Amino acid sequence: MQSARLDRRSVITGAARLGALTVLGGAMPGWARAGTSGAGAGSVLSGESIRIDIGHVPITVGGRSMHAVTANGTMPGPLIRLKEGQKVRLSVANGLAEDTSIHWHGLIVPFQYDGVPGISFPGIKPGEVFDYDFTIRQAGTYWYHSHSNMQEAMGLFGPIVIDPAGAEPAPYDREHVILLSDWSSIHPHVQLQRLKQMGGYFNRQKQTLGGLLAGKDQDLSERLAWGKMRMDPTDISDVTGSTYSYLVNGHDTQANWTGLFVPGERVRLRFINASSMTNFNVRLPALPMTIVQADGQDVEPVETDEFQIGIAETYDVIIRPEKAEAIAIIAEAIDRSGLCRATLAPRIGMVAPMVAVRERPLLAMKDMGMDMSGMDAASGTLDLSAPVTAPAKAGSHGAMNMRDTSLVPASVRLGPGVATISAAPADRLGDRPTGLETVGHRVLTYADLKALVPHPDRRTPERELEVHLTANMERYMWSFDGVKLSENPEPLAFRHNERVRVTLVNDTMMPHPIHLHGHFFELVNGAEDRQPRKHTVNVLPGGKASFDLTADAVGDWAFHCHMLLHMHAGMFRVVTVRADGPSAT
Amino acid sequence: MAEARSMLRHESGAMSNRMVMIDRLEWRPGPQANRYDWEAEGWTGGDTDRLAFKTKGEGAFGGKAEKIELQAGWLHAIDPWFDVRAGIRQDFQAGPHRTQAVVAVEGLAPYWLDVEAELFLSQKGELTARTEASYDQRLTQSLILQPRAELNISAQDVPELGLGSGLNSVELGLRLRYEITRRLGPYVGVSWERKLGGSARYARADDEKPQGARFVTGIRLWF
Repeated sequence: MQSARLDRRSVITGAARLGALTVLGGAMPGWARAGTSGAGAGSVLSGESIRIDIGHVPITVGGRSMHAVTANGTMPGPLIRLKEGQKVRLSVANGLAEDTSIHWHGLIVPFQYDGVPGISFPGIKPGEVFDYDFTIRQAGTYWYHSHSNMQEAMGLFGPIVIDPAGAEPAPYDREHVILLSDWSSIHPHVQLQRLKQMGGYFNRQKQTLGGLLAGKDQDLSERLAWGKMRMDPTDISDVTGSTYSYLVNGHDTQANWTGLFVPGERVRLRFINASSMTNFNVRLPALPMTIVQADGQDVEPVETDEFQIGIAETYDVIIRPEKAEAIAIIAEAIDRSGLCRATLAPRIGMVAPMVAVRERPLLAMKDMGMDMSGMDAASGTLDLSAPVTAPAKAGSHGAMNMRDTSLVPASVRLGPGVATISAAPADRLGDRPTGLETVGHRVLTYADLKALVPHPDRRTPERELEVHLTANMERYMWSFDGVKLSENPEPLAFRHNERVRVTLVNDTMMPHPIHLHGHFFELVNGAEDRQPRKHTVNVLPGGKASFDLTADAVGDWAFHCHMLLHMHAGMFRVVTVRADGPSAT
Repeated sequence: MAEARSMLRHESGAMSNRMVMIDRLEWRPGPQANRYDWEAEGWTGGDTDRLAFKTKGEGAFGGKAEKIELQAGWLHAIDPWFDVRAGIRQDFQAGPHRTQAVVAVEGLAPYWLDVEAELFLSQKGELTARTEASYDQRLTQSLILQPRAELNISAQDVPELGLGSGLNSVELGLRLRYEITRRLGPYVGVSWERKLGGSARYARADDEKPQGARFVTGIRLWF
């Protein structure tokens, strides 16, 4: 790693000159400052003993003010930088008037240090300090966030970078953390209340009669067909740019977070989606990106022009800017209700060109689990070598049943909380993600990811488990298998070291980033012994995603949708891994 | 840990919510008298079971309220789109009125139609019914045209209340609402009402016109 090529003073004055950002009561941590020379600049939390003080401070970003919940006084929190193989004690002190917690997202830790109140530990009471003690067993880009009372939506998150013990498989001359988030002045509890009152409350991009007359969006017959099913093809995100400012490293577009580089350098960008409710499309217009890591796990380098990053996912990319020009980082909300532009530049004060938000996508038949075009009818498997098809134009829906209850296994409980059932859910791991089906450049799909090193456990899964992602958008009910966590479902139980193929079936019309704590699973994407390892998978609407899991971590673990309001609505299960079964290794 | 466990479950799907929707709060100017009319409902509770209230009323400014109706009861989700409501209805206006048991079905029909059907049984054994339907047609993101219909039906003659048996009144409305915010929308519109059959005869006997159209203006707000 190269040290900064700028002295500290010039960085700070440069940042002050750019000061379009109002932060009351807290500055930015060094890594997130506009004008930073890199993720190593300023103070980082390192070593074997680290203290994090949780507090709160009023913050205004993008004209939106709210009481932020902070780590060491800042939003986003400080960068925690550790080394593979080291021991660490993270002491988290609660300065709030309510319980708090920190979950180390993607870190493999003993279950009692996973930081989920009610599963791994009781939580941290006001005035208490909790010591998390563990050994770092991995390298890569991760992040931390609160798992208490929606504090994550109020700013309690920050990046973690772990340097490898050995050689860096994807070397770089400079690095920046690019942490994406969404920031609203509406408290997340109020957001949830509004959505329970009116499912489309934040959607300001619905179809209109004016649009129909202007020849926009669906034609009349399609609108009638979708209306008959009480389905809204514009329902891409629940909480939108009508209330969110989208941020890069805590800065909105105007505040223009700027990271420095020297032309010719290999610049590593560590993308983290720390949003509460926003999946982002990420691109650097006119500059290709080489993906080298997904969820902190090394992958074979793959070049692309754009990728969608689900909530809680991380992607590391390497770019090689050759010109001394400002480069835009565009993080666009997938419903196109807003975006954030940040800048990479050879010197402070440069502003990368802004781009317009692209036209918002419409959901199609495939997003309802109704599209058979990608399926090999004989075997029911997805041909990953086939070109990705554009969404089919909806034809006649006359005989379509959006809720054929004969199609779900008995494990799914059908009640008011299950409004739709995917009739023919296709394996969509090879599909371009929502809204990027037809863009004219390369787009990353999960099928493009191959692990850099083969997974040691090559056993064929002993059994299969199917979990349905279920919802009623109108009532704003979200669940797994039709049951909310509040209804006390049985935990999903695994024997220690058992190998299981888990298939997530999305019966809803939204993508869901599903996160399993304490483990990495391998996406069944056709890469055989190079199946990519992830902690979070964004399951496309109406489709399926399978992963192979070696249940190698004894304990109770959280398993949930990482859209924070879905999790709080009940889309959550406890996964329990017990050593009392015959071990298979 | 037990406390944290129960808190996690509560916060993962059991949290209670509430809503008050003042659907119509309107002024109806007219040659003889300026009238007012309101309709509001609300609920509190979880995803499938809620306590609910509903109120409707109308009258002329400067006079006594002609109808004040208050309902309270239990709202239960029966499928993804529809709720059943059971409770009581008490009328409060001066003059003859009733206490009634209510059973209602309400929800979202195909094509995004908001529909409601209520069945009332009074303490005197009279059976009546009311159905309402409305549709929000978005012209733009903020401008909404709402056609609305209400039908009233009675199983028997109730001279004291001016009700004839059968279909006894129809009200059709068309309102154009501008949503300043999602929750605050002033509107203008027209409302046409017609009494039928025995109810029309009772109205004529009271020197009332059995039908009439009025310009309406008002506000829809919810919280």
